[in-house]
Amino acid sequence: MSLLEIKDLKVTFRTNDGPVNAVNGLSFTIDKGETLAIVGESGSGKSQTAFAAMGLLAQNGSATGEVNWDGRNLIGLSQRQMNKVRSDQIAMIFQDPMTSLNPYMRISDQMAEVLVQHKGMSKRDAIAEATRMLDAVRIPDAANRVRMYPHEFSGGMRQRVMIAMALLCRPRLLIADEPTTALDVTVQAQIMQLLGDIRQEFGTAVILITHDLGVVAGFCDRTLVMYGGQIMEEGTTEEVFAQPRHPYTKGLLQAVPRLDRDDGDLQTIAGEPPDMSRLPAGCPFSPRCATMLEQCPAVRPELVTTSDGRRRACHLSIEEVVQ
Amino acid sequence: MTAPILSVKDLSVTFDVRQQGAWPWTPARKLHAVNKVNFDLKPGECLGVVGESGSGKSTLARAIVGTVPTSGGQILVDGRDLASMSPEERRVHRRDVQMVFQDPLAALNPRMTVGEIIAEPLITHEPNTPRAEVKKRVSELMERVGLLPNLINRYPHEFSGGQCQRIGIARALILRPKLLICDEPVSALDVSVQAQVVNLLMELQRDFGLSMIFIAHDLSVVKHISDEIVVMYLGTVMEQANARTLTTKPSHPYSQALISAVPIPDPVLERARPRAVIEGELPSPLNPPSGCVFRTRCPKAQASCAGDRPALLDLGNDHTVACPFHEEVDVLAAAV
Repeated sequence: MSLLEIKDLKVTFRTNDGPVNAVNGLSFTIDKGETLAIVGESGSGKSQTAFAAMGLLAQNGSATGEVNWDGRNLIGLSQRQMNKVRSDQIAMIFQDPMTSLNPYMRISDQMAEVLVQHKGMSKRDAIAEATRMLDAVRIPDAANRVRMYPHEFSGGMRQRVMIAMALLCRPRLLIADEPTTALDVTVQAQIMQLLGDIRQEFGTAVILITHDLGVVAGFCDRTLVMYGGQIMEEGTTEEVFAQPRHPYTKGLLQAVPRLDRDDGDLQTIAGEPPDMSRLPAGCPFSPRCATMLEQCPAVRPELVTTSDGRRRACHLSIEEVVQ
Repeated sequence: MTAPILSVKDLSVTFDVRQQGAWPWTPARKLHAVNKVNFDLKPGECLGVVGESGSGKSTLARAIVGTVPTSGGQILVDGRDLASMSPEERRVHRRDVQMVFQDPLAALNPRMTVGEIIAEPLITHEPNTPRAEVKKRVSELMERVGLLPNLINRYPHEFSGGQCQRIGIARALILRPKLLICDEPVSALDVSVQAQVVNLLMELQRDFGLSMIFIAHDLSVVKHISDEIVVMYLGTVMEQANARTLTTKPSHPYSQALISAVPIPDPVLERARPRAVIEGELPSPLNPPSGCVFRTRCPKAQASCAGDRPALLDLGNDHTVACPFHEEVDVLAAAV
């Protein structure tokens, strides 16, 4: 049985310019201890999927569909019930660690708060546990640094604090929303290594939301490619990178320069990321697709599971995309 | 050998940092953002500058454009020293050296139309150009950078990030500069749009015969676009070599660490690669380590590294490295 199952998730925002459909009928699962990458550009709905699952959508947003966790649909739960799930079952870390930490509170107080609230620990025990966790994410001199304020930490260290805080209640699923985008490559490598170690140590499943294909290649078991709030393609990371079966994935992989190759002129995907309030009725990628067929803008391709367990949504046949 | 279009000699930029709550007569602390940097840029070439945040890449760019006062060394543009220029010569210099910024929307005035934005440098420097001629040149350039000329009366907020960056590029090119400085021009853009802008810059470089300085933290992009690459760390040059040598066989321990940290979008290679993850983070530039600034994180550091600052050693083929223990390492070895 899978750990988390998302079924036909739809997220809509009410705006002054009419409704914006950020996520349009998304379904996927993640197993225990697995790492899943959700890849997409800005506006692909990758972050909103996570926010909807965690019940963290903005005021004007609403989600429909199912987010099944332990046989329970998380959509529609009260804040109180959600708080329970968010504490010790699913945790999330965000892109910008500075804005996710409270600048007025010492790290010790922020971290202890979690344990006092959810586990009913005494403050003293909670701080001791927080220190242990900071040590586990390799913050040097954790016993002293736990008493500091967020501004006294560097970007990479703050992200470690966020990870430590997310792990305090030993969640079974960690959702990491662009955890290294704001960091330098050397620090990014440290954080990704840390996440890898944590996954082994605690057996936590990880959903990594990112636009960086390189990070995905090194870290994730399975990759899900999103565009315009829909899944374009899904498969194991090796398969998707070795043989993309959707024109968008293929284009994306050809558009990134690689350190290990002399890539000549970069292949580009024409056009701009989609306007979510004006998506075509058919395939959201069709306005930018070089191999578009006549029916593409009008008929939305179904997400089909192939015999090898991969999924794709494209009117072209696999052979036509691959060649 | 052709004369370099830009020659930077022993360039230093220091900032005075006043401590909060200090007495007014307490002297400010010196922050060496750029510390004795040397390099040459040949005409028509592209020099990439890479380094972590805080390495002084952007300050270097600003010093060359002339928006940050230098505190030592020389910047020679076409053989003339920037510091000793008369105001008149400086005006000419400003025409010849143009800049493209990181955040495309923030770099454009929201109250000006695209046409006005692109035309502004032209009107400033050639106020006598007839209106029709200005409009013609703006339209031509818009078309050249991939914007429809009929969008000339639109405002920046009506454009996407990639299009805004194209506007920024058009504005930088309207005066036909000799040197274009791009400070993180693609890091705010989506992957698919990033490739479009990189290709555009490379085309324009070829067609206009531009010399370019390309600053970015994404090494894969820098390698793609540059002929030469300079690696900076805490305001100091660690290594300089042609793009290929530097990204495949770097000699400085820092370049090696930096390159091995760059992920490659290929699961098979990426998981087989040896990783030299360097510990820790950039030390405070207010209080840099003595001697070699990288020694606090360097896997090869020895006691002697704390002494004198290592000199740039010439390895031939325009390859220089600031480390006495340099050793060529094939960082992609397991990958090939």
